[in-house]
Amino acid sequence: MQWTELIVFSVLFLLVTVMGFVAARWQQGATLDHLDEWGLGGRKFGSWITWFLVGGDLYTAYTFVAVPALMFGAGALGFYALPYTVILYPIVFLPLVRMWSVSRVHGYVTPADFVKGRYGSHWLALIIAITGIVATMPYIALQLVGLEAVLRSMGLNGSGILGHLPLFIAFVILALYTYQSGLRAPALIAFVKDILIYVVILVAIIYLPSKFGGWSHIFGTAQAKFDATPSKADGILLTGTNQLQYATLALGSALALFLYPHSLTGILASRGRNVIKRNMVALPAYSLVLGLLALLGFVAVSAGTKPIVNQATGRPDTNTIVPELFGHNFPSWFAGVAFAAIGIGALVPAAIMSIAAANLWTRNVYKEYIKKHATPAEEAKQAKLASLVVKFGAVAFIVFVDPQFSIDLQLIGGVMILQTLPAVAIALYTRWFHVWGLVAGWVAGMGYGMWLLYTIGNPAVGKQHFAGSALPLGNISILGWHPFGGSTTQIYVGIVALFVNLLVAVIVTLIAKRARVFNGTDQTDPSDYHVDEDNPRVKPVAAH
Amino acid sequence: MPSDPKTGLRWSNWNLLLIVPLLMLITPWFNMDEPRLFGLPFFYWYQFAFVPIGVLCVGLVYVKTKDQPVVTGKPDKLGVDDLDEGAN
Repeated sequence: MQWTELIVFSVLFLLVTVMGFVAARWQQGATLDHLDEWGLGGRKFGSWITWFLVGGDLYTAYTFVAVPALMFGAGALGFYALPYTVILYPIVFLPLVRMWSVSRVHGYVTPADFVKGRYGSHWLALIIAITGIVATMPYIALQLVGLEAVLRSMGLNGSGILGHLPLFIAFVILALYTYQSGLRAPALIAFVKDILIYVVILVAIIYLPSKFGGWSHIFGTAQAKFDATPSKADGILLTGTNQLQYATLALGSALALFLYPHSLTGILASRGRNVIKRNMVALPAYSLVLGLLALLGFVAVSAGTKPIVNQATGRPDTNTIVPELFGHNFPSWFAGVAFAAIGIGALVPAAIMSIAAANLWTRNVYKEYIKKHATPAEEAKQAKLASLVVKFGAVAFIVFVDPQFSIDLQLIGGVMILQTLPAVAIALYTRWFHVWGLVAGWVAGMGYGMWLLYTIGNPAVGKQHFAGSALPLGNISILGWHPFGGSTTQIYVGIVALFVNLLVAVIVTLIAKRARVFNGTDQTDPSDYHVDEDNPRVKPVAAH
Repeated sequence: MPSDPKTGLRWSNWNLLLIVPLLMLITPWFNMDEPRLFGLPFFYWYQFAFVPIGVLCVGLVYVKTKDQPVVTGKPDKLGVDDLDEGAN
């Protein structure tokens, strides 16, 4: 047991717990019994709060643990996280402000709310909502993986169910203050999380490389490690077969990120269009940190860091690479700060994700199908309960199911959420797609994507299915015809599935338009997409 | 930004700058070891250099389109009936 680390960690954890409960009164609105208040923090966050909140939301503990772990294991491919988070902002810059405006005029809380307003189809909204919930759940579970990685590094590495007890306690506390304070809790805690992360990464990136002989030496030892492995796919540079995978994985991840309901929650909670635009300029500061952090995967190679064996599963867990690197090379008090940064880094996104999933459940399932005339107070109550269910569902997942299953599911989740792009993102610009085209495209993209993921195996780790998202082009076949021959060039499955989705959507749209099938009613007006905070048409917050 | 009641898409040529950061997806341009900078292979520092490039492009678009909404696009092809509210 590492007592110094544990004490520093506990003190910081206690601090954010207090903040989480106090947050309910921070920038208080008239009532917390409304989704605008509980689920979107009053829709009035300014540039700074939004920067910390969205930054705290997108750059999660799992990212901070998994990206260096991927670099450690696979080399250059893991660096895709940098291009992913650089191209992200130019891509979403224009669509996000449109989404904000139309949501503000009509009081939308979730992406599925928008889809329902745009196409007048609660069925299309339902599949968007379910896709969002299913894709978010494993993401929450993964935050627990990040949290547990640091807990185990601090010596809380018990076996069996009891080994999960510290994790369980941390999550009960999180669940309670999210229940009470809603989105304000993660917004306030995000300040602590992000400042800690910045301090830790900057110190790590200045101190550790010089300790291990400078970057030249570090890349030298990393190269030597990858040369020694039988695999040809790893190395400090990309190989002939994984360049397309690298680019499409970065692009697909960037397209997918703001389709996740929790990312949109942070955007809809902001005060106005300029707040969002300024953030699109300022958020890449986190990308820089993420890129530097990724390089720590190679530093860990140089330092001879060994992943610790997870007592609950009995396998070495590469996600413990960064905590182990910090634990062995920092003075124990600073290692405690670093662990707290990662641990609190898990709480912020987990809270926001559970709120986003709860909003989807409440608005697009509960209010649509179970209680049509729910009052705003009933909606808020339902969302609070749903956030508890979601969080304990995630804990149960980690405790009772192999954590590897969550990692697989998150991989699938990325491909799934990408299939909502036509109905959510393209619909912001045009209603050209027919509602049945969108449904058919979703079914096709989802089915084909899942099937492709199922076929990807990795004999090296003894997995036959769901072993990754890199698909050899040669595996793509159309009724037995292989358009790419036996090519071993790899591509990200999500992009292939999205392509099929769009293709089917276009074909069905053309048929439906030919047959003059009714295309739903659009409740939005073209001018809604440009309304800003000072416009009289914005819907008053927390009113119905 | 003032809001025109009946406009569809707004376009400014400055928006084209948003395409520039996507150039970093062309991996053959930078998938090499030399020249190194501070010991970092070209592959890594080239991509780090795109962080400020991305910020600059998005920042320019923000500043340049803030005060002058350009209205040239065509409105959504919607009939008056499509705008009826109330129907499911």
